[in-house]
Amino acid sequence: MKIAIEHPFGKKMRIHERLIEATLFGFALLSIVITLGIAIILIRESYLFFSDPEVELWGFLTGKEWQPMIGRFGFLPLLNATLTTSVIAMALGIPVGLFVAVYLSEYASDKTRGILKPVLEVLAGIPTIVYGYFALTFMTPLLRSIFGMETVQIYNTASAGLVIGILVLPMIATMAEDAIGAVPKELRLAAYALGGTKMETTFKVVIPAALSGLSATFLLALSRAIGETMIVALAAGAGPNLTFSPFEAAETITGYIVRISGGDVSYNSVDYNSIFALGLILFLITFTLNMISRKISRMFHQEYE
Amino acid sequence: MNSLSLAQVLQPGVEQSESQVKKTVLKLEHVNIHYGSFQAVKDATFDIYEKHVTAFIGPSGCGKSTVLRSINRMNDMIRGSWIDGKILFNGHDLYDEQVDPVLIRRRIGMVFQKPNPFPKSIYENIAWGARINGFKGDYDELVEQSLRQAALWEEVKDKLKQNALRLSGGQQQRLCIARTIAVQPEVILMDEPASALDPIATGRIEELILELKNNYTIVIVTHNMGQASRVSDHTAFFMVDDKRTGYLQEYAETEQLFLNPQHRKTEEYISGKFG
Amino acid sequence: MNDMNGQTAFGLASDVSSLMEKRRRNGLVWHIVFIFSTTLAVLFLILLVFSIIDSVFGYAVLINDVEPSALVAGKESVTDFNRAELENVARTRLSAGILRRVEYDKPIAERSDKDLVSLVEEYVVKPKVLKTWGFWGSLTERKAIETYIGENEGSYATFRSWLTPSFIMADQSADPLRAGIRTALLGSLWIILITFVFAFPIGVGAAIYLQEYAVDNRLNRMLQLNIFNLSAVPSIIYGLLGLAVFVRFMEPVTSGSFIMGTVDNTANGRTILSGGMTLGLLVLPIIIINTQEALKAVPDTLRMSAYGVGATKWQTIWYQVLPVSVDRILTGTILALSRALGETAPLVVIGASTFISVDPSGIFSKFTTLPIQIYQWSARPQGAYRNIAAAAIVSLLILLLLMNSTAIYTRDKITKKKRLEA
Repeated sequence: MKIAIEHPFGKKMRIHERLIEATLFGFALLSIVITLGIAIILIRESYLFFSDPEVELWGFLTGKEWQPMIGRFGFLPLLNATLTTSVIAMALGIPVGLFVAVYLSEYASDKTRGILKPVLEVLAGIPTIVYGYFALTFMTPLLRSIFGMETVQIYNTASAGLVIGILVLPMIATMAEDAIGAVPKELRLAAYALGGTKMETTFKVVIPAALSGLSATFLLALSRAIGETMIVALAAGAGPNLTFSPFEAAETITGYIVRISGGDVSYNSVDYNSIFALGLILFLITFTLNMISRKISRMFHQEYE
Repeated sequence: MNSLSLAQVLQPGVEQSESQVKKTVLKLEHVNIHYGSFQAVKDATFDIYEKHVTAFIGPSGCGKSTVLRSINRMNDMIRGSWIDGKILFNGHDLYDEQVDPVLIRRRIGMVFQKPNPFPKSIYENIAWGARINGFKGDYDELVEQSLRQAALWEEVKDKLKQNALRLSGGQQQRLCIARTIAVQPEVILMDEPASALDPIATGRIEELILELKNNYTIVIVTHNMGQASRVSDHTAFFMVDDKRTGYLQEYAETEQLFLNPQHRKTEEYISGKFG
Repeated sequence: MNDMNGQTAFGLASDVSSLMEKRRRNGLVWHIVFIFSTTLAVLFLILLVFSIIDSVFGYAVLINDVEPSALVAGKESVTDFNRAELENVARTRLSAGILRRVEYDKPIAERSDKDLVSLVEEYVVKPKVLKTWGFWGSLTERKAIETYIGENEGSYATFRSWLTPSFIMADQSADPLRAGIRTALLGSLWIILITFVFAFPIGVGAAIYLQEYAVDNRLNRMLQLNIFNLSAVPSIIYGLLGLAVFVRFMEPVTSGSFIMGTVDNTANGRTILSGGMTLGLLVLPIIIINTQEALKAVPDTLRMSAYGVGATKWQTIWYQVLPVSVDRILTGTILALSRALGETAPLVVIGASTFISVDPSGIFSKFTTLPIQIYQWSARPQGAYRNIAAAAIVSLLILLLLMNSTAIYTRDKITKKKRLEA
């Protein structure tokens, strides 16, 4: 006969503790499943798209015409429109956002900050569809009254781009302010002690020191602008159009996806598969930008630790 | 064009001698410094002499750093701070409405407690201040002269393009001193310049201060009484009253103050009874 | 200052002062630029709000199919009709088919006056919107409005608010005067509910794992990185994921046919369940990140003291850490849900219905949401749709405001509580 002698401090199994941990781990793992899901679905449907006899990869990447109805699948017009709106958005969002950030962190009194920060928060919390409405009912008429009804079409990439710029502005301002705020106070004092003016201190010491944090911010904003959908769906126009004029209507990648899926599209048609192929490209572009942005901002944080 | 050679400007040949009459560079008259409704320093009145080292000592919270920062108007950077009384620099009131603090700081430089080089090259760290202030001479020469005066030249002459953040703490602090020298100030304010450094680096900074006083007026805040007695000619001892307002308790030549203090508080502080 | 008059390496005193003048001017110019940019940002918000409010109120020029005075002599408006006149007009002027349906729903004799007025307006008077003016236009373009009425015989102008209680309570309709957002509002609330049920437990669970359990190894670092990446994926991509997985692949589940046999199969998996889960995936990374922030804010001393009295890991989390951070977690979740409430693109992509007048009855119903409704109306060129789009936007913003102020209120309450405890 054996008598099990239990050690007074012997390890306990605590099955339910382990079960809980395993479940929570499963939840965390789900995020990987989502990413894989996105990748698998986009790749699978894109594969179907490119295996369609009407589609060939080279023509897709270099073709200047996107007209699925007649078998033209060149995605340059869509890419071009996406880049046009994004570049316009950045041209407005980056300088204004950066200057707002500089103003907030270097110039504004606590009281002014207390008013401005909530304004930015409100701007950031407004749904993009509302910005789309704003583009259509305010920005477009404004552009048309400035540049003339003949020059500016009712749907145009300039209006959409500018409003995307306004959309990303609070995000740029907030993140840029964080980056600028992370620059040690001692550096500013050193610059002042050498006889630097506030402007010289800001531009030649503070901003260069925050540069990597700022670039991370700008890349993330660019990624956001490229993926923005409702503003372009409402204001940039339906129908692919390869043009370099920002005053003409041109459909972006996201605009096309929304328009096609909004109609009744039947599964396994080329149309259906094409939105996934475009989605894959969108995903790759934004994913790359996000990764680079994250890398840069990690480097930035190491600099000041 | 500048006709003076840099070496002439940086190292005037005249030797200081003890017998010379002390010339007052800075004159503080009834200086009160406030942060909002809090009075940090009351009624500080004393003189700072040219090409002498003046040390500020006292327990923490006594306002010695605050007085130091008021001398080149760095206090302007702190929201809600204001000052009354007069600080005269070569006879001019630094707090006159006409005065631009930016110009003052070129004439009265500052070295901080923690080494704070810009995240740029060693060369740029030194050249930047001179450049924004419109320096007209040869920059390479300026950088070399400044680094030599800060006793750093030999250590860094081969890596001027290297990021300054890669230097050791002591080297960084000497670089900060070199950077300050490069804009050719008359007065250098030092706010506990060695407190973040190891003993060896501290020793080098002290040697450097003694070297620099040949050319510059130096004001140094320190917690270390040994340091004050080693490097300074005059010492100002600050105390704090029960409303946490700092005031000047005693001001004298350093030897005098340490060997023969006039106040009981001074004696207790330098003998280590509190602090 | 004496030696400043002489020559130095920085030039003559006059050089110094002229350079200083230039530097000061530069500083001023940039200061103005910074203030201008900031003003611009504030201006954008004001313009945005203004352009929406402007469209909610204003003159609408209407034209009637049949004038009320032609129905009852001398009365200009249907609301002036008395009971007998209303019943009479309803019985005689409604077409036979409509009359039969109306009587079948509820006999005319039993209907209220208000009910009859709207019946007569809808089927007999049939006002149509010819043109609308915004609030600003209504104030400044009086002349143009009068000219316009003059040009269109029989038209008349009324100043109206497009956002009314009946706008919120009414079904969808092709007629902007009668259209409402009830269906869309209910759809939005249903979607948010599913999103919450789906994403909240998983999100909080994942955050607890990452913050409390995860050791610093490759896998966990990858999990964390992946979550940050997911939070930056464009929302339309989630729409594609939802379309392929929930709508198409899981159709038997999401359409509900696996439990109810053949129910309303027109939804084809484009149901509230699919929409809610799609948005659930979208806000999951946000909830995880917000919850992690909340858990990070809990001081380690609390955990240590729990371990110190012999608590297990889970006991520590459940009894000590979560109660302290629950307010912050909820605040973060509400913020994430308000993001979901405003999302449009993913729901359009999974194929939310654009026109339904039947209220959603459960998670297997077809649906539309407020943002989709706004999208549909904004996209139409006729004036009056812009007005009701604006009215719908105001409704959406009020809903968001309610959610966010709850979040901010909770946040402030915690801060106050913490301050009192400190």
